[in-house]
Amino acid sequence: MGVALTRSAQWTAAGYGTGTLEITPLNEEILKEIIVFVEHFIYKYPQEAKFVFVEPLEWNTDLKPSAFQSGYFFSETTVESQEVDKNGQPLLFLSVPKIKVRSFGQLACLLSIAKDTKLKEAQACIEGNRDPVVKILGSEFGEMKEDSIALNILNKIKADDDHENEIKMKIAILLKELDLHLLNHTLKYISLQISLNPVTVKKDIELLQSFSGKGEKTVLESIEYTSDYEFSNGCRAPPWRQIHGEMCYVLVKPHDVEVLCITCSTEGVFLNGGKTDDEGDIDYERKSEVYKDLVTLLKEKSAIFSENMSKQEFTFNEEQKNPIEEKQIKEKEAVSGKVITSSDRPKKNEISFVKTHMAKRLEPSLNWRTKVDFKIHKSSAKDSQEEKHGRLEKTRPSLSHGKTVDKTEETISESSSESEEDEGQPDHRQEANADLPSEYWQIQKLVKYLKGGNQTATVIALCSMKDFNLAQETCQLAIRDVGGLEVLINLLDTDEVKCKIGSLKILKEISHNPQIRRNIVDLGGLPIMVSILDSSYKSLKCLAAETIANVAKFKRARRAVRQHGGINKLVALLDCAQNSTEPAQSSLYETRDVEVARCGALALWSCSKSHSNKEAIRKAGGIPLLAQLLKTSHENMLIPVVGTLQECASEENYRAAIKAEKIIENLVKNLNSENEQLQEHCAMAIYQCAEDEETRDLVRLHGGLKPLANLLNNTKNKELLAAVTGAIWKCSISKENVIKFREYKAIETLVGLLTDQPEEVLVNVVGALGECCQEHENRVIVRRCGGIQPLVNLLVGINHALLVNVTKAVGACAVEPESMAIIDRLDGVRLLWSLLKNPHPDVKASAAWALCPCIENAKDAGEMVRSFVGGLELVVNLLKSDNKEVLASVCAAITNIAKDQENLAVITDHGVVPLLSKLANTNNDKLRRHLAEAVSRCCMWGRNRVAFGEHRAVAPLVRYLKSNDTNVHRATAQALYQLSEDADNCITMHENGAVKLLLDMVGSPDQELQEAAAGCISNIRRLALATEKARYS
Amino acid sequence: MIKSKLYLYFHFTVKRSEVECLIRLFYSVVGKTDGKSGNTGLDHNKFRGILHNIFGMTDDTLMDRVFSAFDKDNDNSINVKEWVKGLSVFLRGTFEEKLKFCFEVYYLNGDGYISREEIFNMLKNSLYQQSSEEENYEGVKELVEIALKKMDYDNDGKVSFADFEKAVREDRLLLEVFGPCLPTAQVYYKCQKLNLMRELFLCMCVYKISGDQTQGSYILGKH
Repeated sequence: MGVALTRSAQWTAAGYGTGTLEITPLNEEILKEIIVFVEHFIYKYPQEAKFVFVEPLEWNTDLKPSAFQSGYFFSETTVESQEVDKNGQPLLFLSVPKIKVRSFGQLACLLSIAKDTKLKEAQACIEGNRDPVVKILGSEFGEMKEDSIALNILNKIKADDDHENEIKMKIAILLKELDLHLLNHTLKYISLQISLNPVTVKKDIELLQSFSGKGEKTVLESIEYTSDYEFSNGCRAPPWRQIHGEMCYVLVKPHDVEVLCITCSTEGVFLNGGKTDDEGDIDYERKSEVYKDLVTLLKEKSAIFSENMSKQEFTFNEEQKNPIEEKQIKEKEAVSGKVITSSDRPKKNEISFVKTHMAKRLEPSLNWRTKVDFKIHKSSAKDSQEEKHGRLEKTRPSLSHGKTVDKTEETISESSSESEEDEGQPDHRQEANADLPSEYWQIQKLVKYLKGGNQTATVIALCSMKDFNLAQETCQLAIRDVGGLEVLINLLDTDEVKCKIGSLKILKEISHNPQIRRNIVDLGGLPIMVSILDSSYKSLKCLAAETIANVAKFKRARRAVRQHGGINKLVALLDCAQNSTEPAQSSLYETRDVEVARCGALALWSCSKSHSNKEAIRKAGGIPLLAQLLKTSHENMLIPVVGTLQECASEENYRAAIKAEKIIENLVKNLNSENEQLQEHCAMAIYQCAEDEETRDLVRLHGGLKPLANLLNNTKNKELLAAVTGAIWKCSISKENVIKFREYKAIETLVGLLTDQPEEVLVNVVGALGECCQEHENRVIVRRCGGIQPLVNLLVGINHALLVNVTKAVGACAVEPESMAIIDRLDGVRLLWSLLKNPHPDVKASAAWALCPCIENAKDAGEMVRSFVGGLELVVNLLKSDNKEVLASVCAAITNIAKDQENLAVITDHGVVPLLSKLANTNNDKLRRHLAEAVSRCCMWGRNRVAFGEHRAVAPLVRYLKSNDTNVHRATAQALYQLSEDADNCITMHENGAVKLLLDMVGSPDQELQEAAAGCISNIRRLALATEKARYS
Repeated sequence: MIKSKLYLYFHFTVKRSEVECLIRLFYSVVGKTDGKSGNTGLDHNKFRGILHNIFGMTDDTLMDRVFSAFDKDNDNSINVKEWVKGLSVFLRGTFEEKLKFCFEVYYLNGDGYISREEIFNMLKNSLYQQSSEEENYEGVKELVEIALKKMDYDNDGKVSFADFEKAVREDRLLLEVFGPCLPTAQVYYKCQKLNLMRELFLCMCVYKISGDQTQGSYILGKH
């Protein structure tokens, strides 16, 4: 107790003189520990608890005498305990405000009485008794040197072997234990308080980076610094913020919440105000509390992070906890040894504790890293496989969005294609003692020459290095691990053209490795390469562009290229190919202009995978140049050019430009190429652009439909097939194109593709069939070819894009009664109906639309609908959705269901009227139309007319008449006509000015509308006449 | 008369006017001593100065070798014919011509091979930062082996012209594998772009007038 207390007292600012403990968390901790000790004392050591202190502990208390109860004698200002010592003195004596306590038992009682003010009492007690040990045990225990305590006690025991001394000794030992415990406890506490430094923060961030990326397993989507520049002290914050102890700012995108902008300062990490605008300024204001490190903050802010983190941590803890604990124990032992032997040098010890704890704090994260590396090591084979399939995956999101996808969803799918390469792919470094291949040592030797040789030696080493199989991962990683990457990148910064060429030739090869790419970016290779694009030597430009093409496969790299002005320079490279008549140069430094343009296109292709880069390419005037290059006939030039266009065509601006630059013609021309990759990219580009009607016509006019139909027969190359079917799908939105496709027998082929194809192909095939089946002849073809069965079979899928298309196709087929019979036989309606439960709104809506023709054309539709248990309730409940498309489709379905009287009765019971009424206040014309139709149908039952009036559906319906859509007018007029059968509704209509609007409708060329409007007016009029009659008679 | 005869020798891409210019240059550097042409020539030192200041060469041994390669008749001076012929390869040479030129520079003893010892001699100064003589020696030796491994296709321990040609055709970077003996890329680039002869002439005049070793290259570099 003594040592710990002196230690804690020393930390307080007040010092010895005034004798107050500062309220610091540390002191609080100590006091709490002491309280726990005292409270448990009475239970653990009942005998010792009765021991009477040599001197009482005295202090000023806030406790009122009234607080004391049984076991005490109390008057107004004094309290005495009933417990007394040998001399009859009370063990506790309170005379307000002074209190004297003489045993642990009484201390414990006192604390239990104090309840909430325990801490305060303990503090006052410690403050009042600077050396409690002396008071409790007598001066010989307090004064003596720590190392002599045992000896002294031994002497005592020898001297008089009485009971009291034995207890005294035991208490002395207990107090000693408490002391040690307190010391250790404070130690733990101090270690937590150590402020952050740039190295720790950097480690943390690197670690998190390696665990970020797409996918469910990762902890974060992304984490990155706001600034790429790192000051020599390891900080990234601008100097004027570093004064405040801020080290860096990071942007973190967790899976479940918005982007967090976090400040890391020496005191801890906290949320700041975020980026204020595009200039990259940060609102430095603190917006959250301070957390001790990034992980803690993120755990607080993101549920998914903490969940995934705990998964990671579990494995890490398993391994790490034990050694740490062991170490702590060892250290404790060491500490206690030191304390006992040398209590006069505590200060020095303290410092060293802090240091060791610092080191310890850093260690876990380091070890974690190696542990993780090891884990990833095993799965690296899987990783590389994923990388291989990256292309296929990449095309999936962009292929799969349906016609109804709006702009926002497009950007989502776009961003997912952006991160096709996982930033967080972890490094795996060569284990130091693993079996290193012989290449490793040879490469190490060559790198030595790169470092320490002049230009001649460097060139020899570079050429020799190129002889290694640089496509092999061992060699790639060997170059990095022996520090070759740094040297190669440094060489780029020299004036030696030959060294630059040699270095780039190697970088170009090894940058096929995703890890190397990241290393190149980390080492700042991109800015240098971008600056080389300006070089006067064409071959240098080429190599730099090719290397950039390889490196810019991930987001951070692409951003770096853009930020250093690389896009403009790359676009400028495209410009070279204008005069293709120049002679081929034989020099080392020259190469053909076409080659330069090709490399530029290659790099742009890589860069064009992110949104901002697409924009930058367009702004730099890239589209006309690409269009120009598209006219050449070199395949290896066309592929990157078309690839770039295809990536960019996801942007509205590009599609317009592609149309304007007459690019479609060339895309169509290249569909006839022999190269499948080129065909694929052309088809993809057409797919992207054919959302636009004019473009679809252009494809037809340039004869693109025939090659597309022909390419359907190549079923081996699935990627090509996906692209081609995608293009056909989009093109078949135009009726003229469908006619052409029928001529080319494409529909039969498409039906054949309904089975045994990957999903991305199926989505497009079904989408195309859905469009084709809008026409009678094609529906017949599909039925004849047996297309309905596979279509219905696809209704059980889970891919929502596929389901949207399948439901649409089935719905289109169901228009034909004969086809409907087949669908009914295959139980297709039930499947459609169950898709109403699909969580995805697009699928729900599409299924509901598809149900409409089914109900319309099925024999015994009413019976069929009733046979679906709970089906009607499900439909009615969908009216609670908040998706307009779902609502409109469900209204349409209800219109059809309500044609059957019995079903109408059932849905009325399920409360269809209030639900429909609630929807009435909408501005969406599509919803208005179907809603009005549903209302007019539902009026046919019981007192539904009155109910609609009661639920205030009439007034909003009248307003529909002001819409611009005749379909809405017709449906509304019919609904109003039905509603006007009820007198109250007529009054409401009249009040809302329906008559004038309806009068206008009567003049409409649409007969149904005329009739309905006239009928409604006559009802209103009749009511008016009747009232007049009633009044006068 | 000399002029008209001379330019027949040279590479077709060198225009007649350029040849004339080169000849004029030659005389301006040499200094027109008398009317008798053919006897006058550039000596070792003057030629070295030109190589250093205008073509950016630094290695003494290699400059000597370039001199010998220019000096076809081995009379220790470069006459006007050799000058024009050499420079036309230097500045306008085709790949094959340069290949041959470089090979000539690299093999000394005239046996048609570049031997291991010769390579060692040429590379001996190519390493810095070596702590000891011993280490340097070992380092260079290893480098020679690396180079030989790369270029000696027939494994006879020396580089024949066939070896050399094959290696260089495979990787152009190896053209000046044993040290720079052609104009540097910068000079070369300038010559492609600008009116070469005028530039050269200007430089030489400056060089001659000022006698300042650095001035010539400075001016060329500035353009």
